[in-house]
Amino acid sequence: MSQAGETLEKVFREEYGRIIATLIRISGSFDLAEEALQEAFISAATKWELEGTPNNPGAWLTKVAHRRLLDAFRRDKTHTDKQSEIAFEATRLLRHAEPELLEDAVEYPDDRLRLIFTCCHPSLTRDAQVALTLRTLGGLSTTEIAHAFLLPESTLAQRLVRAKQKIRLARIPYEIPSVDRIAERLSAVQAVIYLIFNEGYAASAGQSLIRNDLCAEAIRLGRVLCKLLPDEPENIGLLALMLLQDSRRDARVNDGEMVTLEEQERSRWDAREIDEGVNLVQHALRMRRVGSYQLQAAIAAVHAEAQTAAETDWRQIVALYEELLRLTTSPIVALNYAAAVAMSEGFERGLGLIEAANENGALQNYYLFHASRADLLRRLHRHDEAAAAYETALSLTTNHVEQDYIRGRLRSISASI
Amino acid sequence: MKYMLLIYHDEQSWSAITEAERQQIYGDFRKLREELLARGQFVTGSQLQPISTATSVRVRDGKELVTDGPFAETHEQLGGYFLIEAENLDEATSIAARIPSAKTGTIEVRPLVETAAPASA
Repeated sequence: MSQAGETLEKVFREEYGRIIATLIRISGSFDLAEEALQEAFISAATKWELEGTPNNPGAWLTKVAHRRLLDAFRRDKTHTDKQSEIAFEATRLLRHAEPELLEDAVEYPDDRLRLIFTCCHPSLTRDAQVALTLRTLGGLSTTEIAHAFLLPESTLAQRLVRAKQKIRLARIPYEIPSVDRIAERLSAVQAVIYLIFNEGYAASAGQSLIRNDLCAEAIRLGRVLCKLLPDEPENIGLLALMLLQDSRRDARVNDGEMVTLEEQERSRWDAREIDEGVNLVQHALRMRRVGSYQLQAAIAAVHAEAQTAAETDWRQIVALYEELLRLTTSPIVALNYAAAVAMSEGFERGLGLIEAANENGALQNYYLFHASRADLLRRLHRHDEAAAAYETALSLTTNHVEQDYIRGRLRSISASI
Repeated sequence: MKYMLLIYHDEQSWSAITEAERQQIYGDFRKLREELLARGQFVTGSQLQPISTATSVRVRDGKELVTDGPFAETHEQLGGYFLIEAENLDEATSIAARIPSAKTGTIEVRPLVETAAPASA
């Protein structure tokens, strides 16, 4: 690839979200902004090849796309039969079309925060929030998103069309929410980013390359969020959590087989991600507004800092889970807490807590409940019960990697009976 | 931009409350309406008679079919509406949240289709 081509691709990845955010503010329309930016990238492909890459490629593209928007608007003005909604967008465009905006020295403000909040607006479904965030802020194509979520492309395209239509017709505001709303809205943004990460992180067979891209994209979005709202410790906690989980990515699968945290080869953990993650957790906790992402990240940090599985500071992990349980009533957190207690205070006590976590049957269909229970029964040498629990777990997961892992456990149990 | 706020509530629990409670809620409705009026955001609105008074009309194959009852039997019934003027969806949902019935029922927020500019030539 030529140097200009490489720069273009890099700019596309890194600047797409920021440029599109500005263009949406200017035009008031996701579709007009996308078209204009598409055209700007096309003209960059020929121009940069001939004239060399400009000093500030992002600004160059924004300016060219901005001009396209103005041209489109002028063309449109000559049409008298236009729809009112285009008229609405055109009026907004006109209002923002001050000539000085097109001067070379212009600094476009960063509008990504508006874009994030609009994409994650509660009046959109979670699926739509995720798709729209990846499409606009991440600059992923419809095809890429569809592949990553194992969905037909038409389903995803339809989802995006509907979301953009709702934004336009119901007039979902393109702005940072008011003070009384921001906490709730921000947690929706964090949830969307973490969901993207988890979608990529889930140990699934095949498609692993695309799925790793989702993790990278979620981490990138997490960084953007920290940069835009640096005083929110939960933003930092979320980024730290993703980095610390991601640091174990290569170690947790070996030849397509799942490897538990305890059995992972720790030299394969990514030391750079661990360093950054641990520093971020400490930084966030010093802000003294603890939240669930920070606590989860702190737990991951304790694991990351243990040189061997045996050196894990389970007492501290138990204490962190106790904090976490104060913030959430999630039975899954209760389950993880029980597993930590098992390692710190004995398998018998852990098993009791695991069963208590499922007292109301909330975890009955959750494969990890049965797998964790089976694991403790195995450690307690109650092989028959362990095997039965593994069988239940096996029936509850459709993921091949997880199924293989459980089958492996079942084989080693029957060998030891 | 105009938004229709459709007020859904459980008619049975509405008729089960005391007169004093009802008057209190009507008072809250009045207060909200007056505030919106003063800000030029209240277009119109009304309480509806209960669904026992509803009649549904359909025309099929040119034939008029008139039946007793609402369009659909649901757990919550349409009990009234506000037509308001709001800058965007966030403003509309903030107003919807202040409708007294939001505490027990559901307010559906629907943007109105804006009338297209008259076509010339």
